[in-house]
Amino acid sequence: METLVLKKKKNNAKTPVRLSGAEALIRCLVEEGADTLFGYPGGAIMPIYDALYDYGDRLNHILVRHEQGATHAAQGYARATGKTGICFATSGPGATNLITGIADAFLDSTPLLCITGQVISGLLGTDAFQETDVISISKPVTKWNFQITRADEIAPTMARAFYIARSGRPGPVLIDVTKDAQLEECDFVYNKCRSIRSYKPVPVIEEVKLKEAATLINQAKKPFMVFGQGILLSGAKKELKLFIEKSGIPAGATLLGLSALDSDHPLHMGMLGMHGNYAPNVKTNDCDVLIAVGMRFDDRVTGNVKSYAKNAKVIHIEIDDAEIDKIIKTDVAIHADAKEALTKLLPLIKAKTYPEWVAEFEVCKKIENEKIIRKDIYPESGKIRMGEVVNLISEITDDNAVIVSDVGQHQMVTERYYRYSTTNSNITSGGLGTMGFALPASIGAKIGQPHRQVVAIIGDGGFQMTLQELGTIFQYKIPVKIIILNNNFLGMVRQWQQMFFTKRYSFTELVNPEFSKVAESFGITSQKISEREDLKAALNEMMEHEGPYLLDIIVEKEENVFPMVPSGASVSDIRLE
Amino acid sequence: MEKRRFTISVFSEDRIGLLHSITIIFTRRKLSIESINSSESERKGIYRYTIVFSSDYNMARNVTKQIDKLIDVLRAFLHEEEQIIHREIALYKVATSSFYNGNEVEQLLRKHSANIIRIEQDYLVIEKTGWKKETQALLKDLEPYNLLEFARSARVVVTKRWKRLHKNVLELEQEH
Ligand SMILES: Cc1ncc(C[n+]2csc(CCOP(=O)(O)OP(=O)(O)O)c2C)c(N)n1
Repeated sequence: METLVLKKKKNNAKTPVRLSGAEALIRCLVEEGADTLFGYPGGAIMPIYDALYDYGDRLNHILVRHEQGATHAAQGYARATGKTGICFATSGPGATNLITGIADAFLDSTPLLCITGQVISGLLGTDAFQETDVISISKPVTKWNFQITRADEIAPTMARAFYIARSGRPGPVLIDVTKDAQLEECDFVYNKCRSIRSYKPVPVIEEVKLKEAATLINQAKKPFMVFGQGILLSGAKKELKLFIEKSGIPAGATLLGLSALDSDHPLHMGMLGMHGNYAPNVKTNDCDVLIAVGMRFDDRVTGNVKSYAKNAKVIHIEIDDAEIDKIIKTDVAIHADAKEALTKLLPLIKAKTYPEWVAEFEVCKKIENEKIIRKDIYPESGKIRMGEVVNLISEITDDNAVIVSDVGQHQMVTERYYRYSTTNSNITSGGLGTMGFALPASIGAKIGQPHRQVVAIIGDGGFQMTLQELGTIFQYKIPVKIIILNNNFLGMVRQWQQMFFTKRYSFTELVNPEFSKVAESFGITSQKISEREDLKAALNEMMEHEGPYLLDIIVEKEENVFPMVPSGASVSDIRLE
Repeated sequence: MEKRRFTISVFSEDRIGLLHSITIIFTRRKLSIESINSSESERKGIYRYTIVFSSDYNMARNVTKQIDKLIDVLRAFLHEEEQIIHREIALYKVATSSFYNGNEVEQLLRKHSANIIRIEQDYLVIEKTGWKKETQALLKDLEPYNLLEFARSARVVVTKRWKRLHKNVLELEQEH
């Protein structure tokens, strides 16, 4: 109470300064402690860029090469730091180019603040030059959006935007600012937003639900835990580990949940879902209590929902009420922040071990190891395999790098074989599966975590979706390590064609340029290899190189990723070949 | 799962574009909105939407939660048909000339509990409040006469069980 009053006084003591809307907007960013922006200028946002010119000492603006790159870079920054990623774009095409990244951030709960310029308010709705209704276009893919038409709306709206983007289940927010609002003057005072009456980001836990959950857990014979990015977003890595170790319950991670529990933890049974590990998928259908924390039962995780975890009572701990009972009917729903729920649940559960149940997982692990993993990471003949590359990267980086993967086979292989040991390390496009994500996202990740190694692992298809960001890497000398796992195919689609479309490779073969030459023309040191004996040395050379580096690795053309839950199949019908 | 009719009551801030945000939630699932009504609630600045649609229960609940999740929505409530008292209002504009026999009109209006709210030289306007099937029945009975225009509103609803709905809205207002 005391501090509240004090703060209030302090706020009241703030004297307004007369500023243009554009400068007010920049000052909002400074007030929120922002340090990095990704953007691309144009007519409707020029006043803001002009104001930004004087703030170079406080705000590091990165000029990307395409607005989609700005959103992915901001996502990479947000996922690597936990802070809100910020991007700027002009109206019209600038704004529409943001949409893919915003949609990606929306599905993957990434806090993002996008500022778009807009035509002057008098021209709104008239099909003015470079006018698009970005508020309507972005509505389905933003957590919140707002159009500012007056300079005095800027400070309160920006404060709300930051609050909404980061709190509760994070997500992208878009603020559209008409050019006249940028030019107009206002009395600027900044007060951070601390609550919005129509928005309750942190639910109040119902204690009885915790007790119900604890009873189920304590009586379980074959309990299994599945966790997602909610653990990382709520900063509950420690609480998760304590819970798992006390309860003795084996656990599996969603794609985005990976790195929330050290990959080599004895109770970590691996990744769930379509190309996840054998054990956690199969055992999902054997468990008698399923505890899901900070995840949303994406269809890539559940396979056929009709047969998903049918022998289990389901406990779902989730901050977003709209996710509860959306896909999987729960027996106990705990609408809560993951960290708080796990902390409160911990004293209620008994310390236990399940040696026989865990042994069942170990049997599955062994099968997968023999049938798949060993061949993937220690192949003896044939072309280089994706798995061995990722395994070596994990070794060379001491399991400690920030790994940014794109979308496709190489992504699944990366997530399967990188042994995450630190949070903020696993950056990939999960819900939207956006090819082209990794290269720009790695830029943001490196800027956010300058002291860690950042390795982008990308397919030859996805690389060509956003390769213009090599220009950004060159201009700002961003020392990211780029690996192209080059199979001259849209590999993941080709795999489906092979398995489900009688090998009719309809438009999936790629005739590629020489990527190392492309990199060189951007001033980025590069090498291309295709022989196993050169792999280790090449990876070492890349990691030791001071600046950015691109390594083009020619891999087996028609390698398939297994295990695989065919779409529509049950998770326990996962195929090993 | 079986489809049935549901009503959602939404209390929201007065925000441009909010209706769009709400309808997106329906269009995404290819759900047709049967009727929608929006108007200021008993609290200044707080709007109340009443949305009627048909779906299975799970979808209806999901949709309600997704509306509730919208930042500018204060609360969204899902109602079954039997949990609410609902009415629609219909206006019927009829040529005065078709009512030479005053008795006939009176009988018809009494039968349907309808009122005449305007009499002009060449037309009169009848108002009927009720369920859709009732306003529809009057429409049918008016068919032999010269019906010039007909309009029916969306549903307005009050809840049976929720004594606290009014209080909830009040609390929402005071919170800030
Ligand atoms: C923007 C976009 N377009 C299309 C797809 C569909 N898609 C998923 S994986 C994939 C192939 C990716 O090929 P590549 O980048 O070469 O990686 P690989 O699977 O060969 O490792 C495609 C086309 C997508 N995910 N994103």
